[in-house]
Amino acid sequence: MPSLTLVQSINLALQQEMERDERVVILGEDVGLNGGVFRVTEGLQKRFGPERVVDTPLAESGIMGTAIGLAMAGMRPIPEIQFEGFLGPAYDQLVNHAARYRTRTRGAVTIPLTVRVPVGGGIHAPELHSDSPEAIYAHHPGLKVVMPATPYDAKGLLLSAIRDPDPVVFFEPKRVYRSFREEVPEDDYTIPIGEAKVVNEGTDVTVVTWGATVFECLAAMDKLPEDVSVELIDLRSIYPFDLDAVVNSVQKTGRCVVVHEAPKTAGFGAEIAASIQEHGFLHLKAPVQRVAGFDTVMPYYKLELDYLPDAKRVGEAVQQVLAY
Amino acid sequence: MPIKTVYSAKIEHLQLLDENGVLDERLAVVGGKPVLTDEEVVHLYEFMIQCRTLDETAFKLQRSGRMGTYPQNKGQEAAAIGSGFAAKKGQDFLVPCYRENAALFMHGLPMHYILLHWMGDERGNQIPEGVCMTPLSIPIGTQMLHATGIAWAFKIRKEPRVAITYFGDGATSEGDFHEAMNFAGTFQAPVVFFCQNNHWAISVPRETQTASETIAQKAIAYGMPTVQVDGNDLFAVVKATRDAIERARAGGGPSFIEAVTYRLADHTTADDARRYRESAELEMWVGRDPLIRLRKYLEKKDLWNEKLQAAAEEKARAMTAEVIKAAEGIEKPAVDDIFNYTFAQPLPAEIEKQRQTLRTSSLGQDPQQAGLQGEAQHA
Repeated sequence: MPSLTLVQSINLALQQEMERDERVVILGEDVGLNGGVFRVTEGLQKRFGPERVVDTPLAESGIMGTAIGLAMAGMRPIPEIQFEGFLGPAYDQLVNHAARYRTRTRGAVTIPLTVRVPVGGGIHAPELHSDSPEAIYAHHPGLKVVMPATPYDAKGLLLSAIRDPDPVVFFEPKRVYRSFREEVPEDDYTIPIGEAKVVNEGTDVTVVTWGATVFECLAAMDKLPEDVSVELIDLRSIYPFDLDAVVNSVQKTGRCVVVHEAPKTAGFGAEIAASIQEHGFLHLKAPVQRVAGFDTVMPYYKLELDYLPDAKRVGEAVQQVLAY
Repeated sequence: MPIKTVYSAKIEHLQLLDENGVLDERLAVVGGKPVLTDEEVVHLYEFMIQCRTLDETAFKLQRSGRMGTYPQNKGQEAAAIGSGFAAKKGQDFLVPCYRENAALFMHGLPMHYILLHWMGDERGNQIPEGVCMTPLSIPIGTQMLHATGIAWAFKIRKEPRVAITYFGDGATSEGDFHEAMNFAGTFQAPVVFFCQNNHWAISVPRETQTASETIAQKAIAYGMPTVQVDGNDLFAVVKATRDAIERARAGGGPSFIEAVTYRLADHTTADDARRYRESAELEMWVGRDPLIRLRKYLEKKDLWNEKLQAAAEEKARAMTAEVIKAAEGIEKPAVDDIFNYTFAQPLPAEIEKQRQTLRTSSLGQDPQQAGLQGEAQHA
């Protein structure tokens, strides 16, 4: 079983799905000859040709809009938007068309596309290359939103996304693109969209997170006193999210800290916290806490580590809910 | 060193049938055959009468509270019907905005679908199997990219099919207009961009929309053949569209057609064009009405007369009554339909719960949530 980085695992999934399903096409800026700015599509154009791995003109709405047309005509397009900050121009197409088509045609027209988008901060990137807009897309009915944190999950979730009959926003936490390797089976396997993963079982406090902050939470756990037992949940899918996994855990622990890079207010943590009080009210021993990005514009990279939730802030919140 | 001209271009204007109904027989031929046979012209004229009758009746339906906001198509029938006629039914793909009903009807859409759409019923967008079109598109210009994508898929699969997309002069200011044409040019996608230049985007006139002398010239920048046609001239529209479609089918890539026409009605039933445009302009264009022009042509050729006109109008009225009956006769959609098509089945658990309970508040739904009172009762 090969040991792969997140980038390599996504590349493998794309390659295998293109082999398996000739309807799959990749389109985006620099995805062909150059293999994408993060090299996620490296080698794919050489292997599958410029008709299936397509360097498009530099226009995000154009990429998303033509991907919708391809999907309408029976293809399985995988558009790439180079950074989450450039989803803006594609927003209209994604939200006002891709997300609504099944409903507005009562099932006559469906849009099976998977848009891949590198997401999040922590790589010293320029402005608009470090944001976390997952809650925006989770709020739009008709879109599924996922954010795997590990190479194994990335392959399984990407295969689910491509095969899903509806549009999926596939966020790739760029901070952990190459930070570690993991064994990824060559075989075909899928991870259902909407299924969380318990990274670590515990009894005192539930920590819910997704994307690169999974690793900040793990680092926080290393620094906590040994008798503190944390149940760490990697949500993996933002919409739909695994309500049962979260609620079952909080019913056991009675305490919850939600961690995400996106700003706190109206972040997806708010949805988690609301769901916990709705379904686990009497089990709660402390208010649900959110350790999130600040309600500010993401700073340039000199201050990005001061902005992003880190092990220290997570650890403090965990200690506080335990002491409540 | 002399300054060189590195590019120059011209835009041709095609008119075959003038305002007096006189056809340029010499130009109105394709491959030695007339653009339209007499039978075809009669058939298309009758179809125009039907579309006009339905359109005017739709206006009345809105006014009498039987239908929501409706955008009239009146005045643009030659452009819609001519281009729709040039496309191959069941093969070529129409990607409209919302003022080309006649093209969609021509291409096989049952007429009551359009009424259903404006009666607030998504089933009007549920295009029947085998009818090759997308439903009406409400945002401006966005559908042009879908057409490019659809055409691109045809090209990838080597299918001899073409997409034709419709939009107005207002859409030419949108970014997606340019992106769609740029992508189509780059990928040589078999798509025809059909601009219904009806001179008004709600209250903003064509001159305010762009400093460009013609709309057609915008396509030059994207490397595709382009032409301006008299959009109220059925013959010119059929010829230009057929040329563009056949070129695309033969692997010649995208084309652009600017059909110069006029919106004879308000933008929609919620609009009052008297607020912003001169009645003299409207009257001038009433004189260029595509139906009047075609009737003159047919009468000159002895293919039409008062009696046939009366019969055609009577037939159109009867047909319209049937269409309205079909649209109004359909039962109200099930409330479940709000939920059922958000995603493929099975629905996400939260939506399924909302569907079953028609509530988003959750108390009382979930035994785990019974609370102290509930627990006391259970005990």
